[in-house]
Amino acid sequence: MSDYASCEIKRPLVRMVRRPAASLAHRTIVYIIALIGALLTGALLIWILGHNPIDVYVSMVRGTFGKRISFNETVKVTVPLLVTGMAVAIAFRMRFWNIGAEGQILIGGVAATSVVVYGQAIPQVPKLILMSLVAMLAAGLYAAIPAFFKAKWDTNETLFTLMMNYIALKLIMYLQYQPGWQADRTTFPKIRSFTPDARLPRVMGIHIGWIIALVLVVIYFIYVKKTKHGYEISVVGESMNTARYGGMNVGRILIRTMFISGALAGLVGFIQTSGADGTLTESTAGGMGYTAITVAWLSKMNSFAMVFVALFIAMLQRGSSSIQTSHGIPASAASLLTGLILFFMLGSEFFINYRLVFRGRPYHG
Amino acid sequence: MDRFINFMNAAVLAGTPLLLGTLGEILTEKSGNLNLGVEGMMFMGAISGLAGAWFAEQWFGWTGVPAALIALLISFLAGAFGALIYAFLTVTLRANQNVTGLTLAIFGTGFGNFFGELLGKRAGGFVTVTSATKQAFAKLDLGPLSQIPVLGRLLFSYNWLVYLAVIIAIMMHLFLRKTRRGLNLRAVGESPATADAGGINVNVYKYLATVVGGGICGIGGMYMTMVTTSGVWVHNTILGYGWLAVALVIFATWSPARALYCGLIFGGLMMLRLYLPIPGVPQQIYDMLPYVATIVVLIVMSIRQSKEYAQPKSSGLNYFREER
Repeated sequence: MSDYASCEIKRPLVRMVRRPAASLAHRTIVYIIALIGALLTGALLIWILGHNPIDVYVSMVRGTFGKRISFNETVKVTVPLLVTGMAVAIAFRMRFWNIGAEGQILIGGVAATSVVVYGQAIPQVPKLILMSLVAMLAAGLYAAIPAFFKAKWDTNETLFTLMMNYIALKLIMYLQYQPGWQADRTTFPKIRSFTPDARLPRVMGIHIGWIIALVLVVIYFIYVKKTKHGYEISVVGESMNTARYGGMNVGRILIRTMFISGALAGLVGFIQTSGADGTLTESTAGGMGYTAITVAWLSKMNSFAMVFVALFIAMLQRGSSSIQTSHGIPASAASLLTGLILFFMLGSEFFINYRLVFRGRPYHG
Repeated sequence: MDRFINFMNAAVLAGTPLLLGTLGEILTEKSGNLNLGVEGMMFMGAISGLAGAWFAEQWFGWTGVPAALIALLISFLAGAFGALIYAFLTVTLRANQNVTGLTLAIFGTGFGNFFGELLGKRAGGFVTVTSATKQAFAKLDLGPLSQIPVLGRLLFSYNWLVYLAVIIAIMMHLFLRKTRRGLNLRAVGESPATADAGGINVNVYKYLATVVGGGICGIGGMYMTMVTTSGVWVHNTILGYGWLAVALVIFATWSPARALYCGLIFGGLMMLRLYLPIPGVPQQIYDMLPYVATIVVLIVMSIRQSKEYAQPKSSGLNYFREER
């Protein structure tokens, strides 16, 4: 070591050295520091705007859990985020950048609404089941289109799925004027409200979407971790060439997985229209497809972690709308804060994968 | 004829923010950084440019051209700041480029809408700049040039940002094709390891290209607030233009010169509905056109994978010297 130090080779002040797999404790500490860093940066911003940061954060938490009704509202925001998070995550696991969940949710909503429009005579239970199946099928097929082109010609899926968001949005704007779809006795571009028999029943004050979501969390986990399909997804995500070499039909895996991803997002479209809103609007997806990317990435594509991350992001969103009323801070603070947190988390991963070695310090590999 | 000229004018005006976003992203991708956050950087430029002009008026009483120049400067800095976050995370901290870019898009959208609403509140209702400043973004009177029949209206009847965008495109083309530094930058994007071995400081090139590219995207965003909505903040003002710009990079096959006509074509597609209504096609379906066209372009470009017009090889991948 002393030989090294005495020779004239120029050594940088700091070097980065890859760290062997970091322990869970180490990772947790790094993540917590990153979260605190993000919240402090947010606090700095709040302070610059002339508010008391502690005050604002406290009313954010109060706005989320303070009353029974605000808790219910938070859960209502969590459910679609959680399911969309899984939808996005299953595609991300194979490094397929599906940022089209937004459009897939809308297509699911359109499909579910079409049952309401054209199948008025169907009784409640079969109607709800039909609505959910049609929503999943339509959105699954919608999502499979970019996967097909990816498989065949390696077409850029990020932009493809994204463009389909706008197409879905325009489709809804078109349907808002169509007879049968448009609400009665109005010339406004607005889709009719669902009849009570097309609404999801409630359990403990919240529509049963939350039960569906929790069941899906378990199914997702088993599918991804314990089945052949799940294994194939991981291998494709690691390296498409390895998968091909191993004899997997990569194209089929891509299309199949994207169908599932889209179907999950379509289910969200059904849950939102039938459960939360009782109608289909341009904001049925409301940016969820993008926020879900954050949820999926922060939870490292693990569905159990996703429950907490989705709840946390939902808290941020609900909290932001409550500080809009209490402090006059715009509700868009939610996406600003979400972005900040994700930036910090992305940066913090460096300190999990690498360690810094300073000049002069002996280095123990 | 008159109708055609009007259509061309509208196409140029709609295409310019797209062109600026595309140019910024081309410069960025040439360094091997695939920054998907163009939408976010445009949002940041949009609100910062407007806020810059507004505060210049309120605090210093600068209106007209000085306020416009402030808007230009601040919007460039805001876009560059967004890109700097991206560069720090991906180049220094080696974060995943895709996710970092997506985060920048989310963050920038929040940034724009948040400060847009805040500024509106501060201005008492909604923000708007003085008519002198609006005038600074109106179409230029180039004297005799603008008087030429047909050509004058076709070429010399735009606001100064349109000409600035064209100049940036030409300069970027010359930079990439004719200068040593441009060659170095392309080398970094194609094969950072080779460039590194050749004595090029890879990180400096990556940082500079990304930050300047982000600044250009920021100017594109400022165009949307100062020209498209004439100095008024509109919620969600960027409307996916940033994403279209990322797609246009592929359409333009990473060439600033070709970006010029790609921007024009897409500007035209956005305006076509107003100038060429097709009987029986509802407005909302017609509105899908630019997005459908983008998808078609993506598919066609991916089918005819040409060697010459390809994405920089290392695009989307981070460079770790230690892990060559």
